[in-house]
Amino acid sequence: MMISSNLNTYLIIAAVLLVIGLYGMVQHRSLIGILISSEFILNGAALNFMAFNHFVAPNPAVGQIYALFIMGIAAAEAAIAISMIIAVYRKYQSEDPEELQDMKM
Amino acid sequence: MIVFEYVAEALFYGFVALTFMGGFMAIRSKMLMHAVLGLAVALFGVAGLYFYLGSPFLTMMQILIYVGAVCIIIVLGVMIGNTPDQLAAKKQERKNLPLALVTCSVAFIGLFVAMILRTHFTAASERVGDMSIRFVGENLLYQYCLAFELISVILLTAIIGAIILARDGREEKTS
Repeated sequence: MMISSNLNTYLIIAAVLLVIGLYGMVQHRSLIGILISSEFILNGAALNFMAFNHFVAPNPAVGQIYALFIMGIAAAEAAIAISMIIAVYRKYQSEDPEELQDMKM
Repeated sequence: MIVFEYVAEALFYGFVALTFMGGFMAIRSKMLMHAVLGLAVALFGVAGLYFYLGSPFLTMMQILIYVGAVCIIIVLGVMIGNTPDQLAAKKQERKNLPLALVTCSVAFIGLFVAMILRTHFTAASERVGDMSIRFVGENLLYQYCLAFELISVILLTAIIGAIILARDGREEKTS
């Protein structure tokens, strides 16, 4: 049996993407790095949707619609996060999460 | 014809390798520009996996939206990061490394053993429709109309919010 036509293969790849994102979120030293890691987590979720859509779901359009939904969410999230990071950088002249201690702008 | 199946299988391994190598590059490189490049490579690999899951439409959308739009937005943000000589002067130590490794291995083993391998997923007894763009469009505009409207509102809100957030500090500085 081919490994590319097996549900577990895709689930494991999605799990690895999730773990890559978690690891990057914990150890990156800049806000942009954390944003990049969050994209991996979102992609893992979308890959899960598509895998179940292809192998299990009764309606093969649902998984594609939700993967598209996740892409839209990710685009909106990236735009908002970048403008927030720019606003924070104007205030603190830094993007290291450890230097952003007080919340008062 | 069996040859083509092996070629397709080899390409599948290639896409998986692209995904993992891009991810490794994104989380381990110290320069943010390399991290964004790794993200783009990994997203391209995931686009290939979508093709194997029977959806060329999502493959195109992944390349267009993720690789084309999201990565470009992040590159704009890289401008405010540290330059390479600043990085060398700062001498980044990775303090959180043990914590990160423990968190990730627990999460992966939990997912891998407890959920993926021990669950038996049964396929639906009958499937309606196909994977075509036409069927997706009909579903998106009739049955799943709420998702379509919701994403429109979210995108509009995000655009307005991004403009307001990025403009605020500039007005303060000039006044």
